[in-house]
Parts: sequence; C-alpha cells; structure tokens
Amino acid sequence: MSAATPPRSVLVLGGRSDIGLAIAHRYAAGGASVVLAARDPADLARAATDIEIRHKVSATVVPFDAVDPDPDRFLDSLAALPDTVVCAVGLLGDQTRSEADPAAATAVMEANYLGPARVLGAVANRMAARGTGCIVGISSVAGDRGRASNYVYGSAKAGFTAFLSGLRNRLARTGVHVVTVKPGFVRTRMTEGMPLPGPITAAPAEVGEAVYRADLKRRNTIHVRPVWRLIMLVIGAIPEPIFKRLSL
Amino acid sequence: MVLDRSLPTTRLSGWSRYPVLDCAVLPVRRPEDAAMPAGHPVIARGNGRSYGDASLGVPTTLAMRPLDRFLAFDEATGVLSCEAGVLLSDIVDVFTPRGWFPAVTPGTRFVTVGGAIAADVHGKNHHGAGSFGAHVIDLDLALGDGRIVTCSRDAEADLFLATLGGMGLTGVILAARLRLQPIRTATIRQTTHRVADLDGALERLAGSTSTYSVAWIDCLASGASLGRSVVMDGEHAEPEELPAGIADPLARTRRRGKTVPFDFPALAISGPTVKAFNALYYRRHRNGTGLVDLDSYFYPLDALLEWHRIYGSKGFLQYQFVVPLAGARAALVRILGAIAEARSGSFLAVLKQFGPEGEGHLSFPMEGLTLALDFPASPDALALLDRLDDLVLDAGGRIYLAKDARMKPALLAAGYPRLPLFRAVRARHGLEDRFQSALSRRLGL
Ligand SMILES: Cc1cc2nc3c(=O)[nH]c(=O)nc-3n(C[C@H](O)[C@H](O)[C@H](O)COP(=O)(O)OP(=O)(O)OC[C@H]3O[C@@H](n4cnc5c(N)ncnc54)[C@H](O)[C@@H]3O)c2cc1C
Ligand SMILES: NC(=O)c1ccc[n+]([C@@H]2O[C@H](COP(=O)([O-])OP(=O)(O)OC[C@H]3O[C@@H](n4cnc5c(N)ncnc54)[C@H](OP(=O)(O)O)[C@@H]3O)[C@@H](O)[C@H]2O)c1
Repeated sequence: MSAATPPRSVLVLGGRSDIGLAIAHRYAAGGASVVLAARDPADLARAATDIEIRHKVSATVVPFDAVDPDPDRFLDSLAALPDTVVCAVGLLGDQTRSEADPAAATAVMEANYLGPARVLGAVANRMAARGTGCIVGISSVAGDRGRASNYVYGSAKAGFTAFLSGLRNRLARTGVHVVTVKPGFVRTRMTEGMPLPGPITAAPAEVGEAVYRADLKRRNTIHVRPVWRLIMLVIGAIPEPIFKRLSL
Repeated sequence: MVLDRSLPTTRLSGWSRYPVLDCAVLPVRRPEDAAMPAGHPVIARGNGRSYGDASLGVPTTLAMRPLDRFLAFDEATGVLSCEAGVLLSDIVDVFTPRGWFPAVTPGTRFVTVGGAIAADVHGKNHHGAGSFGAHVIDLDLALGDGRIVTCSRDAEADLFLATLGGMGLTGVILAARLRLQPIRTATIRQTTHRVADLDGALERLAGSTSTYSVAWIDCLASGASLGRSVVMDGEHAEPEELPAGIADPLARTRRRGKTVPFDFPALAISGPTVKAFNALYYRRHRNGTGLVDLDSYFYPLDALLEWHRIYGSKGFLQYQFVVPLAGARAALVRILGAIAEARSGSFLAVLKQFGPEGEGHLSFPMEGLTLALDFPASPDALALLDRLDDLVLDAGGRIYLAKDARMKPALLAAGYPRLPLFRAVRARHGLEDRFQSALSRRLGL
C-alpha cells in the first residue's frame, strides 16, 4: 500500500513508558494531537505540557488500566477515536518470581498479552467500522523463542505478536493497518541497570522514529535496529536439542 | 554512612575523563526522587560536561537528565520554565525557530539547565550580559530533607545566591524560570581580527563594543609573538543582512561535521603537533566580516561529538583561571611564558575579558581576563599547573571549579572571598552532610 497521510491524532496506551512517550513526541512533531493513557495520569501532566510546548499540538492525559476487563468503557470516554492507537503497555517482571509465584506470573501475562490484546481488539472493531486507522503494538523479540531467562514475559509477547498478525490479516481488506514492533534492546526504565550491549541497543527516540515511519509507510513488522532480524534468524535456526542446553 | 547496596556502581567521570570514579547512579525521574532524604551525601549530575570531578557523587550521584520537561513558555516575554535536566540544545532547537535564544550560552550546547546554574556558566557575551544566573528568575531547590523551596532574589535569597555557581552543594535544582533573549535570525555576523601579540589582543578585547567577543590565543608563540591571537566578535544578524532568497531567517542550517573549520590531526598530542596546529590555525583566519550560522559560532566543538577522545583514554586536564584587570597583563605574560617554556601547549586556548562579578557566592567570573587551556593528563602537566596556580594566586585570581580536577586547596579560599558566606548558608540549612561531591571533598568546600 502507498504511504498514508500523516496521522492527525494518536492515543498512546502506556503513555508513561519511555518508549510510549518517545513515540508520542514523534507523532506530535509530525503535527498529531496526543492523548496519553496511563494508570497514574497526575504524574503525566508535565509530560503532556512538555509535548504542547515543544510541538505546539494539544496533549491530554486520561486514566487507563490495561487490566480493566471493559475496554469499551474506556474507549467511550475518549472525545474521539484517534487516527493511530499505540499500545506500549508491558511488564518485564522477574522471571524467578514468576516461576515461584503464580500471581506474579499472572501479572506479567496480563500486562503483556491479555490487557493489550483485549483493548486493541476493541479499538480494531471501532476502526474497522470507521474504515481507517493504524494500530501499533509494541511486542518483543522475546516472543520469538522461549528462553529460560524470560519465558513468562516472552510467552505473553508471543501471544501478543500472534494476536497482532491475526488482526492484520483480518483487517487487510479494510483501511485499517496493524504494525507489530519488536524493538530489540531499548534503554528505558524497564532495562535500567542491565548491562545492554551498545551497538544493538536503541534509544527510545529511535523507536519513536521507526514506529512513525512504519505507520506512514504501512510496514507490517519492524525491528528498530535491523541487526535484530539477523540475530533472531540465528536464534530461531538453532536446533532444539542444542538450544535447550544453551543459556541465552 | 549508609551505602546504596541496591544501586549498581558505574565508572563515571567528567568530560576530561580524569579522574574516573566508581559511583552509584540514581536516576531522578520525578521531583520526589530527589527530594527524599538519602541518608548519606549525594550530588546531582547534569550532562557531565564539567571537566573534572564536580559531578561525581561518592557514593551516590543523582542523574538529572530524565527530568527534562518544559513546564511553561511565554511567547510574549520569552520567559521559560523548565525542569533542570533540560539541555540547552533542546532550548536552542525548540525556541530558535520561534525567535528566542538562551541569554547566555557556554561553548557547548550539551549542558543541562541545572548544570548551567550550578556552575553559573559564562558565554562570549559575559562583558555585557553577565553569567547564566543573571537571567534566572527563580528556581526550585530540593534540600535533601524532604523540603522543596522556590528561591529567588526575593525569597530565600541566601539559598539562591549560594546556588548560582554553588556546584550542586546547596541542594538539587529541580526546575528554574529563565529569561531567553529575542533574536531575529539564526545567523551571526562574525568579525575576525588577527592580532600579532598580547597587547593587541588585550586592547581589542577591552575595547570591544560587540555583543560577543572572544579570542583564541596561540600559547606556544613566544618572544615578540607572545600572545598572538585571533579575536572573534559576533552580533546576531538582522534579517535584512541575509542573502536574498532565505525563506525563514530563523531556520537553522544543519551542517553537522562540516562546521569544523579544519581536521584535527590524528597524531599523538605532543609539543610539535600542537605547535604546528596553532600556527596553522592562526594563518587560516583572515581579517574581515562574514555571516556564520549560530551553531558554528557558538558551538564549534559540538560538531566533533566525542572530541575529548583525541586525548586518548588517560584523559586530559582543563585549566581556566581569571585574573583581575589591574595587573592582568603582567600575570598573563608570566603565565604564557611558563606554558611556552614547558612546551606543553594547548590546542584551544581561549582568552576573554569578563564584565562585572556575578551574584553567586561561588560564581567564577569576576572583572578581569580569563584564559582556558587544556593539556593531556600527565605528571608534567600536573607540575606545570601547580606552577600556574602560584602565578594565579599572586595575581589575585581564581580557578574555575567546573573545570578543575587538581587545584591547590589554598587557592580556593584566596580566590573566592565569599566562601565564608557560602559555607554559612550550607551550615544554616544543614546541607553539609547531605550534598558532597568528589570535588567538595578534595577541596574541603
Ligand atoms: C566543550 C565545552 C565547552 C565549554 N564551554 C564553557 C564556557 O564557554 N563557559 C562555561 O562557563 N563553561 C563551559 N563549559 C563547562 C560547562 O558549561 C559546565 O561545566 C556546566 O556546568 C556543565 O553542565 P552539565 O549539565 O553537563 O553539568 P555537570 O557537568 O553534570 O555538573 C556540573 C555541576 O553542576 C552541578 N549540577 C548539575 N545539575 C544539577 C542540578 N540539577 N542541581 C544541582 N546541581 C547540579 C553538579 O553537581 C556539578 O557540580 C564547557 C564544557 C565543555 C565540555
Ligand atoms: N526496553 C526494552 O528493551 C524493550 C524491549 C522490547 C520490548 N519492550 C516493550 O516496550 C514497551 C514499553 O516498555 P518500556 O521499555 O518503555 O518500559 P516501561 O517504561 O517500563 O513501560 C512499560 C509501561 O507499561 C505500563 N503498564 C504496565 N502494566 C500496565 C497496566 N496494567 N495498565 C496500564 N499500563 C501498564 C507501565 O505503566 P506505569 O508507568 O503506570 O508503571 C509502563 O508505563 C513494553 O511493552 C515492553 O515490553 C521493551
């Protein structure tokens, strides 16, 4: 499909996330008005003002919790359905805790799969009825192959990736587009203190740029740094008898 | 002292990469993160562009960059309210196209507002505009015991004056209100004068009627050429001066990399290469007036992003002093003589005449001449700087704390006569045990 016109409005679910906020800034720089949705809207008021001053667009904050079982109530509360909806909600959790504590595992599964899939499903129905729109889901390369170090998170991301590709397939004949983002390592609050290798680690602003371009160009699945496609190809190609003995 | 066991330590240094210390780094994402008592001394770090150990907290450094939001802007008056981790480069990017520019800017735009206040930085317009703090209306300061106070010249004035130039030792600056200056173009009209010796340079700087004025000085020239310089004056250009056909006079030309006037030699920094470099630099400049974009006039070094690497992994030493006007010439002759004799000259030696002293108790600028130099870190360079310290002390001068990593402690009290006032403010508000840096411990600040 050919390039779309720049979106005039964007809703970022998980607006407090470093990646989500960077995406919001990029859309605002392109002239889109911004709605940031987060559990603690008071804390985001400054971020919204900052967006307004920097980009001269309107920016507002709305309360949103991805574990809320009724996404339609949330969507009804919005003034309008925006051109683009981005879901940056996610929770890395602590793998060892998730193994020992089912409640901890459930929280990771909810924040990375159940919540995001449920709300984007509701968004998709509304966009399909309208006939236009773009849905961006921030998933992860961790969902490509389960690893001992983060498979609870990874499995939820795998579910989310499958959900997004199914949604894209369903909506392909409508004017609604779906982008799956597998960012690779990004330096954010989620990865703070982790020793991330510089050359394959992106800054949140790079994710913002990549997402915005993917929206305009109607890309399907993107990695922010292209090298990740290669890395995941290699990881995917390792035979299971060997893979299961590796610690990655 | 309680150690932050939960925080991993990181090898941190200032821009000169000397010294390098292990610090626990705590990112400040919300004002509350910095306001709560830490239980042990901390220091704020902006963008780490101070050269020595001022931004190193042992054990704990508060990383202020995440606190980087604009809070309010008045398009009519140019008053900007922002958090302390905002970079000057953000201010330049966002407000130049709207006709506003920082009232004072140092030689790099990659500094935070908090760092610019804490070092009360100066620019090429110090003789007319004063230092950064002169354009700060008020600031929010976290005192490390849960309290956040808004201080200004009218409210909590003692804290305000101790915080301008206070090197982070009076608390954590969370936000500030600043006055920007109006501009009509993103272009500078630069006038270059080559002057053959020190007297020529001093005369030009003293008589300058330009808004911006600074000299690059060849500190390896000796004899009759001692002090030969290239003086560069600048004015914000008016739209009428620009070539026809420029759609938006406030649009910045982004020519990253090309703005470097010449290539730095990729050789080891040794006496002969520096000497050749300096001679070349002097000859490359022609007298005359021309239009240059903002970035190449104010931030020539920013085009070479990681330029501190040219000094190798051992790092280097920056040295900047100011000596009072009376007796400045004699002091400079002795100092330049000592440098030329040691043959360990500096790539970029910058000479400038400051205007009247700033308000901050520990502000660096005072009416006089300031010279900034850098040397590869070595025992020889350290010995030379000790000799220069004595000459600066004799001349009644002072050393810039934001660039220091090694000065003789005696110079501190002699150079900063308002130090007792500063210490009194620290004592009155119980700040001595809450805010300490490697610099404050080294100098007993
Ligand atoms: C290429 C280059 C050119 C330069 N040119 C000039 C120049 O022309 N004029 C000039 O004056 N300086 C100049 N400098 C020095 C620089 O402007 C100052 O060191 C400035 O303070 C650096 O700001 P920063 O944000 O990087 O602060 P840092 O280096 O991180 O910290 C500097 C000091 O500020 C304190 N601080 C930082 N943030 C806060 C906060 N939020 N609250 C309380 N304290 C805080 C720190 O504790 C420390 O004492 C130059 C530096 C470079 C690298
Ligand atoms: N950083 C990386 O290396 C990386 C790599 C691949 C993928 N990702 C994905 O990128 C996305 C953004 O992450 P990030 O790196 O920017 O980290 P982040 O700052 O921790 O962002 C995660 C966000 O999810 C929000 N969230 C969690 N549970 C929620 C819920 N129930 N309801 C509403 N919001 C909820 C959090 O909200 P609060 O602010 O309220 O806590 C937080 O803002 C996530 O989906 C993450 O999995 C990150």
